[in-house]
Amino acid sequence: MATDTEILPGITTRREEATGFFQKLVSRGLGWARKNSLWQYPFVTACCGMEYMSVCSARYDIARFGAEVPRFSPRQADMLMVVGTVNCKQAPILQRVYEQMAEPKWVVAFGVCASSGGFYDNYATVQGIDRVIPVDVYIPGCPPRPEQVLDGLMLLQRKVQNQSHKLIDRLPRQVLPAGGER
Amino acid sequence: MAKAVIEALVARFPDDVYEPYEGVGGDDCAFVRKDGIARVCGFLKADPAMAFNLAPYITAVDYLGAEPRFEVVYNLYSTRHNHRVRLRVKVPESDLDVESVTPVWAGADWFERYCFDMYGIRFRAHPDLRRLLMYDEFVGHPLRKDYPLRGRQPLVPEREVKDIYRGPGPGGRD
Repeated sequence: MATDTEILPGITTRREEATGFFQKLVSRGLGWARKNSLWQYPFVTACCGMEYMSVCSARYDIARFGAEVPRFSPRQADMLMVVGTVNCKQAPILQRVYEQMAEPKWVVAFGVCASSGGFYDNYATVQGIDRVIPVDVYIPGCPPRPEQVLDGLMLLQRKVQNQSHKLIDRLPRQVLPAGGER
Repeated sequence: MAKAVIEALVARFPDDVYEPYEGVGGDDCAFVRKDGIARVCGFLKADPAMAFNLAPYITAVDYLGAEPRFEVVYNLYSTRHNHRVRLRVKVPESDLDVESVTPVWAGADWFERYCFDMYGIRFRAHPDLRRLLMYDEFVGHPLRKDYPLRGRQPLVPEREVKDIYRGPGPGGRD
């Protein structure tokens, strides 16, 4: 004879399935919304910037993918585009910009210098920005063609779409005492 | 015209200036002893017949294996007389102190900081001898020939900048 404990897992599984379905639906919706409004922070340090401008302007028109808004404040950006060579002196600044961005955030390494250091195999250059911050998409090329960048952006969009977005993950609100002490 | 410059230099500083020669492209060059470089440069700037009012490039060379090992090269130019001269100062590795020419040409400041940064040559009486291109935590001098070809430096954390006004908000760096 089956006891309650043997029956219960079946019921909870069905409930989980139901909530899972709902969460997946919400996650897919959120993913769709996020992937089509990737606001970018262009961290442009070198010659790849020219190609970046080409991607952004009318002919290749990154706006078709909803990423047409470059925000020059990391707090308003979702996608950090590291365009160009990052040297050791610059690395802490890049790290700080990344830390200032609000979640969710994604990083694109634009060009070989950002991806691996490129041909700057020397004392001054960081051999790929993944030594400093995590990277989602690497776009090779010196500089990459705008088509490559758009391809990389589409890869990132696919990643954003397939991520599991949580509906509610809210911490209790922190109340700052008067006087400004944290 | 610059020939006259070299001749005048050798005549005036027989102890400091030696081995004048004509470099590639007809540039007039001479070697200067390490102790006399500030004197020679002061004369070149002040004398109206010389009037070298510009130091377009000051750099250093590492002749690894040769003795003395380093050389500081002063390329000088006079906009008044349109003539150039190149002075070379040999610097042994055991004694890397060279007299600064910053009092003569204020523009020599960053050139000397560059030489200090890349080759480790120290300039006496320089007002602010810090690294120019690399950061302070960098170990070694990267343009020396014995600096490892693929030498990597550890990444350093960001330095706290003290004099930024961060507003009246909650305390903390951001």
